[in-house]
Amino acid sequence: MTTTTLAVLVPLLPFLGAAAGLLLGRTAPGFVRPLAVLPTLASFVLAVLVAVRQGGDQAVDAHTELTPTGSVPVELALHIDGFAALVAVLVGVVASCVQIYSTGYLRDDPRYPSYAALVSLFTSAMLLVVYSGDLIVLLVGWEIMGICSYFLVGHYWETPEARAASIKAFLVTKLGDVPFLIGLFALATDTGSFRITKVLGAVASGGLHHPTLIALLLLAGVAGKSAQFPLHTWLPDAMAGPTPVSALIHAATMVAAGVYFVARLLPVFEASSAAMVVLAVMAAVTMLGSGLAALAQDDIKRVLAYSTIGQLGYMTGALAVGDRGAAVFHLLSHGAFKALLFLAAGVIIHAAGTNSLAAMSRMGNLRDRVPDAFWTMTVALLALAAIPPFSGFFSKDAVLGAAEHVATGYTEHAPGTAGWITLVAGLITAALTAAYATRLWLLAFRGQGTEAPDHGRQPLTMTAVLWVLAVPSLALGGFAYRSLPDWFDGRDLAPTLTTSVLGTGVALIGGIVTYAAWRHSTAAAARVPLGAVAAHPEGDAGLVEAEAIATHAPAYGDVASAPDPADPGRLLLGPLHRHAAVGFHLDAVYAALFVRPVLAGASLVRFLDREVVETYVRGAGALPRLLGAAVRRAQTGNVQTYVSALLAGTVVLAVAAVLVATGA
Amino acid sequence: MHLAYPAVLSALLFCTGLYGVLARRNAILVLMSVELMLNAVNLNLVAFDVWLSKAARDTLHSGQALTLFTIAIAAAEIGIGLAIVLAVYRNRGTSDIDRLRDSAEGHESDGPEGDAPTTDQTGKAEATA
Amino acid sequence: MSLVAATATATASAVTAAPATSLAADTHGFLSPTGVEIAFLLVGLVTFGAALVTVTTRQLVHAALWLVVTLGGLAVEYLLLTAEFIAWVQVLIYVGSVVVLLLFGLMLTRAPIGRSPDADSGNRWAALTVAVASAAALVWVVVDAFRATWIDLDGPAAGSTAVTGASLFQNWVLPFEALSVLLLAALVGAIVLSRKAKAESSSPPVNSRAGSGSSPSVPDSRNHPSGRKEPAQATDPVQATDQVGTTDPAEQEGAR
Repeated sequence: MTTTTLAVLVPLLPFLGAAAGLLLGRTAPGFVRPLAVLPTLASFVLAVLVAVRQGGDQAVDAHTELTPTGSVPVELALHIDGFAALVAVLVGVVASCVQIYSTGYLRDDPRYPSYAALVSLFTSAMLLVVYSGDLIVLLVGWEIMGICSYFLVGHYWETPEARAASIKAFLVTKLGDVPFLIGLFALATDTGSFRITKVLGAVASGGLHHPTLIALLLLAGVAGKSAQFPLHTWLPDAMAGPTPVSALIHAATMVAAGVYFVARLLPVFEASSAAMVVLAVMAAVTMLGSGLAALAQDDIKRVLAYSTIGQLGYMTGALAVGDRGAAVFHLLSHGAFKALLFLAAGVIIHAAGTNSLAAMSRMGNLRDRVPDAFWTMTVALLALAAIPPFSGFFSKDAVLGAAEHVATGYTEHAPGTAGWITLVAGLITAALTAAYATRLWLLAFRGQGTEAPDHGRQPLTMTAVLWVLAVPSLALGGFAYRSLPDWFDGRDLAPTLTTSVLGTGVALIGGIVTYAAWRHSTAAAARVPLGAVAAHPEGDAGLVEAEAIATHAPAYGDVASAPDPADPGRLLLGPLHRHAAVGFHLDAVYAALFVRPVLAGASLVRFLDREVVETYVRGAGALPRLLGAAVRRAQTGNVQTYVSALLAGTVVLAVAAVLVATGA
Repeated sequence: MHLAYPAVLSALLFCTGLYGVLARRNAILVLMSVELMLNAVNLNLVAFDVWLSKAARDTLHSGQALTLFTIAIAAAEIGIGLAIVLAVYRNRGTSDIDRLRDSAEGHESDGPEGDAPTTDQTGKAEATA
Repeated sequence: MSLVAATATATASAVTAAPATSLAADTHGFLSPTGVEIAFLLVGLVTFGAALVTVTTRQLVHAALWLVVTLGGLAVEYLLLTAEFIAWVQVLIYVGSVVVLLLFGLMLTRAPIGRSPDADSGNRWAALTVAVASAAALVWVVVDAFRATWIDLDGPAAGSTAVTGASLFQNWVLPFEALSVLLLAALVGAIVLSRKAKAESSSPPVNSRAGSGSSPSVPDSRNHPSGRKEPAQATDPVQATDQVGTTDPAEQEGAR
């Protein structure tokens, strides 16, 4: 088979699996698990084959036009360069792991068939986005991912949190997608094509007339999809979905699609230095805010969600300084260790029966109950905190190195301002990242108090994939930073001395300060008993998690934070803690800016409809009703009245007829 | 003889019967008025038959034959009509036409269940008295 | 009405000019009535007056008697139009049987003897309007249409028994036979109607005896004629006769 055929099969197989799963889910339940796992695995293998054949050389381009579509043609096009090949491999790995993990995680869930089919459909859409060489085809995958995310976040639709979160995720991402679509049209109008290669060619020859406008419009969609400030608020709430969904969609792949899109079209953004500065500011605000917010969260998955937002900020920052190699490098390593973090968190939630870090810090030996999760999560947290030699160190250092490169005067790709902003924010965020990673590890695994409940060993399907993912988290960075430039633009990704010393230093400082704070405040944990565990600890992990999410607000007063004086984050943040726990009141701002005006407008429309329009309708109805009453009065039931009226009419008609006949 | 005499008389008789049908309350008086109308038609038929049999040499005598038929049908009609009136009177205790309002709007609320038994009882009381 | 008055004055003036019209018998004139016309007019006035009294009198039995006068007057008019067979049929059937039937009907429905104040319904004024309007329209049209039309009453009678019989049994045999079938149907129908009424009238006492209240429910009474007839006759004749004796107003009236 040619590389093109293989590449076409990669997105097609999960799509067929999804269709078959949706069709056969009810009638043949035995086929659901193979139909979910096998196409994804096969597509992963094919993606690896495509990557090997492409090998970082000349990009594979193929296109066919199904039908003429007007002035700007829409074509089914493939454009597989090194970025696409490697991101597709990452998607294949994570999707396969998540599908295998889900067979154990949602073992007893009655809606597993539709869940698995939607995950397959999502995988297919993501692979389509990765491989597509045409912007409209890319947009199709982009929107399918959005709708799959909506359905999967709302998987536990019995709980109000999940319903609200799914609608919020959908609306907020749509808010970005509308300008995104307009931006795509503007781009195609300027360059005359939707094909990525032709667009890039036109940009290189200076064919772009409105670079800033187009770049900002596209950035809105990217901010919505990749959860960047100010459209990031949907991602922490999306943790109301099942943990595998969070791992696949809201950590490793879909949220990375925005970054990947910018990486593909980076020359379009580079054409406008204003857009690059906006990108850098967006990345810096996102990084700092999410780092502070992550320190204040109580739900383990919300900590990871804010961490995801922060790491995506790093990638955006790398793009803002014009180094897409570093961005995609961080995308790959982050995809691996963040998926691992989420899947391990799912195991921990199942074992502990709660998603609250405050409750976990009062459990004695959670570490011994889930040794696989403990060890792999330690690896992943070290990678997240960018401690050498874990993979996160190399990728994050590539980002910082690129920023330092631009800040020190090499500004042919990006303005120096963007470099400085990214460098400073990245260094501060490195300390914050280490701090919240340390806090998470200490609270989850070094708790003291009553023994954690023993539910026996976790299912093998859930623990095995943790070790599979631990391998790239541990070693991807160290082994790949030499060979990756061949796949990417050729820019050096090796860590530089300055940034690696600086980055590792601030990370160590953050970790040590957090450890000291924890030592100082942990004594309070014994004095303040706190915690609630799931009502059905014997159920499958999905049920335990759904109950934990649903009971967090009633048990602790808020969906995000808990009143725990033993929390080191409370000590570190001081007065900021209250604001950080609610995401710096951005939801309240949105409520004041959008939700309340819309509600007020809706009630105004309702008033107009009820009182004004209805009045006209009622008035229109009143006349026939009056006529009806008059006619009803004529129905006396007296035959003589009827005959009188009949004969009177007859006389009148006869006289009229005679008059007409005689011509009078 | 001038044809207008029987024609005008017939028209006047017909309208008199019409007035009776519309204005009389008792069903039997209404039947009498119907008889008046029928007879007015009969007079018309006879007068025109006599005129046509002389003027147009009409040998069929269709007017007089129709008059005979009308008289026979009127006899049948009065028999059936009286039987119906008697049946109504026995059921309702009245033969007043303007009290037979079963087809009126909102009749169900104060229908025959409301007033028929009372009239029936008064009728019985009269009968026994 | 005004037209009648006009013709009355016309006849009054015509009396003085009678010799002139008898001389010129060929040329007809509206103001020169023949003897037949005068007779027709006088009898017509009586007939019309009797008809008016029939539909306006407050004494119901008098209405029937004034109807006899009207029908008899019409018979005379038939005679004047040389339709002698029709005239005798009119006398026999209408005066002889129909009015008698009507009088029986009045008695069976216990119409009050003497003046009844509510003989006319509240529809009277509407009825008067309609009747006067239609009368005006009809008289106008008829007079306008047949202003110059004359009936030739000379020669052989147009409606003698021989002529009528020949015409009826030569040209009108089939309708005549069909009419006999109609009469038979009317006979049977009248009998069925009265029998059904009898069976229904006996149902209310059964209900009241069963203690279900005094109201004769309609569906209940519908079930009775078919389902109850044989047992009532076979097993409980005493009860049946008892009901008929106490409740049937027709029987009561007949006995009185």
